[in-house]
Amino acid sequence: MQFTRRDALIMSLGAAAASVLPVQAFAAASAEEILAEFTGGAAVGEGGLTLTAPEIAENGNTVPIAVDAPGAVSVMILATKNPSPLVVTFNFGPMAGSQSASTRIRLAGTQDVVAVAKMSDGSFVQASQAVKVTIGGCGG
Amino acid sequence: MISRRHFFQASMAASALIGASGYGNWAKLSAQQALTQNDLLDFETTGNVTLVHITDVHAQLKPVYFREPEINLGVGGAKGQPPHVTGADYRALYGITQGAPLDYALTYQDFAALAKGYGRMGGMDRVATVVKSIRADRPDALVLDGGDTWQGSYTALKTDGQDMVNVMNALGVEAMTSHWEFSLGIDRVNEIVENELNFPFLGANIFDTEWDEPAYDPYSMFERGGVKIAVIGQAFPYMPIANPGWMFPDLSFGVRQDRMAQVVAEVRAKGAELVVLLSHNGFDVDRKLAANVDGIDIILTGHTHDALPEPLLVNGTYLIASGSHSKFVSRIDLDVRDGGLKSLKHKLIPIFSDVIAPDPEMAALIDAERAPYAADLSEVIGKTDSLLYRRGNFNGTWDDLICNALIEEREADIALSPGFRWGASILPGQAITREDIFNATAMTYPAAYRSEMTGERLHLILEDVADNLFNPDPYYQQGGDMVRVGGMGYRIDISKPQGSRITEMTLLKTGELIDPTKTYVVAGWASVNEDTEGPPIWDVLENHIRRHGTVSVDPNSSVKVVGT
Repeated sequence: MQFTRRDALIMSLGAAAASVLPVQAFAAASAEEILAEFTGGAAVGEGGLTLTAPEIAENGNTVPIAVDAPGAVSVMILATKNPSPLVVTFNFGPMAGSQSASTRIRLAGTQDVVAVAKMSDGSFVQASQAVKVTIGGCGG
Repeated sequence: MISRRHFFQASMAASALIGASGYGNWAKLSAQQALTQNDLLDFETTGNVTLVHITDVHAQLKPVYFREPEINLGVGGAKGQPPHVTGADYRALYGITQGAPLDYALTYQDFAALAKGYGRMGGMDRVATVVKSIRADRPDALVLDGGDTWQGSYTALKTDGQDMVNVMNALGVEAMTSHWEFSLGIDRVNEIVENELNFPFLGANIFDTEWDEPAYDPYSMFERGGVKIAVIGQAFPYMPIANPGWMFPDLSFGVRQDRMAQVVAEVRAKGAELVVLLSHNGFDVDRKLAANVDGIDIILTGHTHDALPEPLLVNGTYLIASGSHSKFVSRIDLDVRDGGLKSLKHKLIPIFSDVIAPDPEMAALIDAERAPYAADLSEVIGKTDSLLYRRGNFNGTWDDLICNALIEEREADIALSPGFRWGASILPGQAITREDIFNATAMTYPAAYRSEMTGERLHLILEDVADNLFNPDPYYQQGGDMVRVGGMGYRIDISKPQGSRITEMTLLKTGELIDPTKTYVVAGWASVNEDTEGPPIWDVLENHIRRHGTVSVDPNSSVKVVGT
């Protein structure tokens, strides 16, 4: 499965500006490498960032996710096992009413979705959730 | 809370007969001789609020036999915890005597023999008698249906659920939630909800996919005994994954724990003194939800078909499990004072159909619903020498028979039958009618497909379904049982992660290991894919049973289970 820019329907809230970098630029970059570039190697803490995603995707081609990070200047979303793990980075300007955003992403399979927020004081926090992509079950 | 000692004082002196099997003396003691309707309904009315819970009826209007599971494994924090307790362990946990009425109702052992003595269970006319009796004590008792109501029988299929809607309206249900309801298709569901149903259809976790807005009422407020009660509905979370999403393409479900916390806060802010969650999550999902979301007093659980004679208390929330197939009704009396729940008294009422008299009005309604189909329903197709049952994590004889039919009638190497938990049981020696076949197969996507799959694909399917059952985090479980497999054996280590649970897949007819690269002919039914082709499974099964006349199912030893 190939991730393309078109698959990310950007529906950011407030004054968020979303940037999706060209896929080619990161074709070979792993989630760890992308994370390291975003944080500049700084330690990443937890708390203050809420990532909302389904436990099991109803459709792996369009998985709704949302982030809420009061006080963040930007939030990056990584789909750790996609061919191109960087999904989107939301940047929040000083006039943003809230630091929250939602979008739909495509997942190539069961994996952790990770959100990393850069806070206004320069610190970083992250949250992650496993999202299962199934082949269809027998619930009953 | 009712004490174990007082539960079934009328239980028979069966202890002297422990060890008897087959058709021992105790099987001859009919429920009628040992029990009376008063014993079953006896309940000292207390407090100021009464809840009545029924769930997962699966369109069973008439009494049925229903064998509870022998294998029901819990994983993670649920390992060995109720409801993952069966047989002798179940009896020990709840102080039930072997061979007693509750043993027959709640466990699997000596099922065929006990069934001869105690008879069928359930029947909505008997349920109506129970509800009327409770309302005689407490006229404003709140009657709630946990869903999986409109699917599971010949008549529900033929009437698009109308027979069940009429019966539940007549019963005086006051709110419901849902799962298989949506397999009637979104247009029919909305037609019923808007025009047919006398009560709200609740689902706090049902959203439209386009705008991510609530699609149905999340809750309903009631005032009973001077108490403000919020009943929140929670539909089956994995509707579009476990069942065909194309039948309701614009809806999204999910556990949505944060949403539930918001709704609880909202109803509390509106003055709810008692918060009841009418849930189709499945027991383990509800246990986790209760632990993580504060402020829910009662969860009336459904979906996983568990019946527990006592509530389970988790983080201040009482979980009530009321079984399936109209076999049980739970009555819960609550004392709610000074804005909070002070005490709870509960009874899981087993609906012994030979003991509880049918309510005449409901019996007449049910007869009228069934009358147009009487000849089709009662036609005898064949006979069984074996007990036919479905429940159990890995296999049941009903699905073994279905897999045999798929392999023979569709000339396949391997057969797959979904791990549904609904389907009534048939006793050895009993005739199999068309109604019986539909009780095990009636649903709206019955095509019996025949296709080719590689060994690798088969492995992927088994691993995928196994994770739906044995993922240690309940929020990743879907609440069905393992897909049933005919023609192929395998080993499963339930303690392993997805991808490494299933090994030793073996083609039974040759004894050879399944080759990941080789292609096999696979027949199955109930695919969630829209373009599935094939005859309906009930035709395949009917042809098979007719051809054999009398069917028998050998004990299934082809699944090796470890890591329990």
